[in-house]
Amino acid sequence: MRELSTDVVVVGGGATGVGAARDAAMRGYSVVLVERADLGQGTTGRFHGLLHSGGRYVVSDPGSATECAAENAIVGRINADAVERTGGYFVTGPDDDPGFADKFLAGAATAGVPAKEIDVAEALRCEPRLNPGIRRAIEVQDGTVDGWQLVWGVARSAIGHGAKVLTYHRVTDIVVRNGAVEAVVCHDAKTGEDVRIACSFVINAGGPWSAQIARLAGCEDVEVIPGRGIMVAMSHRLVNRVINRCIYPADGDILVPVHTVSIIGTTDVRAEDPDHLEIPRKEVQQMLDAGEVLVPGFRTSRALHAWAGARPLVKDSRVSASDTRHMSRGMSVLDHAERDNLKGLLTITGGKLTTYRLMAEHIIDRMCEQLGDTRPCTTADEPVPGSESGHNYLVTHRLKDREAERAPGSGDVPTDPIICECELMTRSMFLDLFEQQPDAGFDDLRRQLRLGMGPCQGGFCALRATGLACDAGHADATAATNALRRFLTNRWIGLWPILYGDQVRQTALDYWILQGTLDVEHLPETEEVAS
Amino acid sequence: MSLDFAGHEFARASLDHCVKCTICETQCPVAAVTPAYPGPKYIGPQAERFRHGLSVDHSLDYCSSCGICTLSCPQGVKIAELNSQARAVMKADHMPLRDQLISRTTVMGMFMTPVAPLANMALGISPLRVIVEKTVGVHRHAPMPHACSQSFMSWWKKRPEKPEGPRGVVVFFHGCAGGYFEVETSKKTIEVLEHLGFKVLVPKQGCCGLAEQSNGLFDRASASVLKLCDDLRAAGKDLTIISSSGSCTGMLKHEAHEIMGVSDERLRDVGTRVRDVMEFLWELHEAGELPEDFPRIDLTVPYHAPCQLKSQGMGMPALDVLGLIPGLTVVESGRACCGIAGTYGLKREKYAVAQAVGKPLFDMVRATNPHLALCDTETCRWQISQSSGVPTVHPISLVHVAYGLSELRQLIPAGA
Repeated sequence: MRELSTDVVVVGGGATGVGAARDAAMRGYSVVLVERADLGQGTTGRFHGLLHSGGRYVVSDPGSATECAAENAIVGRINADAVERTGGYFVTGPDDDPGFADKFLAGAATAGVPAKEIDVAEALRCEPRLNPGIRRAIEVQDGTVDGWQLVWGVARSAIGHGAKVLTYHRVTDIVVRNGAVEAVVCHDAKTGEDVRIACSFVINAGGPWSAQIARLAGCEDVEVIPGRGIMVAMSHRLVNRVINRCIYPADGDILVPVHTVSIIGTTDVRAEDPDHLEIPRKEVQQMLDAGEVLVPGFRTSRALHAWAGARPLVKDSRVSASDTRHMSRGMSVLDHAERDNLKGLLTITGGKLTTYRLMAEHIIDRMCEQLGDTRPCTTADEPVPGSESGHNYLVTHRLKDREAERAPGSGDVPTDPIICECELMTRSMFLDLFEQQPDAGFDDLRRQLRLGMGPCQGGFCALRATGLACDAGHADATAATNALRRFLTNRWIGLWPILYGDQVRQTALDYWILQGTLDVEHLPETEEVAS
Repeated sequence: MSLDFAGHEFARASLDHCVKCTICETQCPVAAVTPAYPGPKYIGPQAERFRHGLSVDHSLDYCSSCGICTLSCPQGVKIAELNSQARAVMKADHMPLRDQLISRTTVMGMFMTPVAPLANMALGISPLRVIVEKTVGVHRHAPMPHACSQSFMSWWKKRPEKPEGPRGVVVFFHGCAGGYFEVETSKKTIEVLEHLGFKVLVPKQGCCGLAEQSNGLFDRASASVLKLCDDLRAAGKDLTIISSSGSCTGMLKHEAHEIMGVSDERLRDVGTRVRDVMEFLWELHEAGELPEDFPRIDLTVPYHAPCQLKSQGMGMPALDVLGLIPGLTVVESGRACCGIAGTYGLKREKYAVAQAVGKPLFDMVRATNPHLALCDTETCRWQISQSSGVPTVHPISLVHVAYGLSELRQLIPAGA
């Protein structure tokens, strides 16, 4: 067994976990973050990409609204490269109560969320696809955020401040002695090795898995309920601003333009197991119907992919255990010294991606307090690597980059061929990241590069990526075949629930190429270590 | 600037149909000859997903707007339309003077006609063309219209009025080129129509705005096309409008609506009434109303169907009509594009691309008949004539001969 030693172990490589690791590292603690899979593979990567202005909560949860408004500005600055400042509208649909907009404006004023009512005609001019039947429109500062870009930026910052980030390390035990945490034991999925990390403090940032993690330390009754929500990505931007229904928060009332797609979400249903989240077709239909209210023609627009994520909702005695929609979106810190007489373990859960940094600040403040330290939080002041310029993401970025590669003087001939055509990812982008992360699977690279996330869903680019992985020596033929097959299988999980219209034609063409011509399914099977 | 013309939402929605099959890329005549153009799939449905107001991909200016991509797309993606719209946004802030000048076809014709010999001489002087290339950006070897001493309208006005024919009344739309540079084609079209027994009305008329549209000047082009609709409608209600200007009819039939989003009752009215002259003759044939007692013409001649004619979705009526003339063998070129694409091939930086695009066609034309070729649209004829050295005329010219209104030796000099 490998032995490590550190001040703090953070369990969970989502936004909250990396945020906590960065915060602790910036305050001078030695930190090891462990994540059972890749960074941002849980809830952080399975949301709709909204960077809240706070507008959504001005009536239902004003405290969260105020937090969101403050963090929106900070995250847009420190994670500039992951955030697009699209702006957003709250619109009253043809059948919605126009009176809610008054409550909304009053709530926004109280909560300190910038909001301004604009002419419906102006909203329709700026967003021509929007339902011409809308009755009111309020402009807010919603943005969009790429959860993976954010998580990797924060992780790199943490590493820059001395933290160690161990992905594919599943926690198998939290060792407790004399009422205090002593070490965390992990299993390294890539090498098969066990690792014991001696530490004086553990931050449990496991999101919907945090109850399972707390249980490893003997804390049995952590009640975190996975609130499952599905999202559907449409093949291009139907709108260029976040469009919210101006109603009490409900299902399918947000349409978010993220990168090249627009994402509609979401539902909220209690799930038993965050590792098994279904995407029921009736919920997909529910999203399409809701989308139709915002953008006429939505049902016949092309859907690309669907997914489900699990919110880590803290059980709230005020609402019934199955009503996850109305549980608090606020964050919760569980102090296991108080609850369970166990020193050196804090669980942070609830919250939202928008407030990841604030959640980290709160939990590390609490840790400092318990350790008797007074070290101030500085995470709001320093941009993460890649965001130093302060320039926010623009949807035109990759098109501009590819254009620069063919600018006059470079002979007009592109030197760096495009591998993923839908998302304009080049050969060197793929190979450079593979060089940095040689153990990565195609899905790990996908989350950082958007490989296979466009309309063809890997039908064309996955084969090219496989060939490159072989050429560059990252995989032999069998390993590359396995990687390809796993990638396609994972894409398929998100494809089958939305097989209608244009995406059926694409899927059929992809199937003819991959199966009809290449018989990918029947290539020889091999044993593999990693999953 | 934002894409706030109505046609854009329609074209943009069509990108959802793209399955990346790449058929458009294999058919694009420009991408086949230059790496400077990333191709219709890239610039169209792919790049469109990354566009939001900002203009960052200047390579799209290499698209010639020939429209072959839209025509060949099996999924119905409006590729060429997306490209034209994106180019309009790109050029919104910095339209080169050259593109503004060459798109003002009426103005060019009006200035050149009174001084035709001078203008033609000037266009023939190489040092002058070099200066024009350097200052304005029109390539020194690019085909230029040949100015006529008499405009079509001044010929028409001096003509004695014909009595109403037995077949009723039709309206003639001459187009800018047919008004100033290709006056012969206009005259012959009218003579054929009158020979068939139609009374032809020619209302005073302006430009359709096609050149402005293909250069991204949508505001001007939209105003031009609607003004033209008013002009043509002034001739009378429900009359068939006939033109020998193939690209201008395309503008009226579908381009103004599909590319620029012009949605106006006047355009709909004119668009449904306008017919290419060969299309009109073929409709007469199908109705059994075309006199077909043609004399034998023993001739083999190449015919090139222009891109803008193909995109009208009417097949190749010139081939059908000329097929009625005994002895005449018309060989369809089977080549994609002549390269000129309106004003594209005139431009200094595009000239070589346009020549490379057209080369297979020029070779075919020369090999088929070195003395005569046929093509329906003006700028394509100029390009083919200039680049292949083979005189190229509108197909109506052979119909004119077949009806005994002129002689073949006027098209092909004796001994050739």
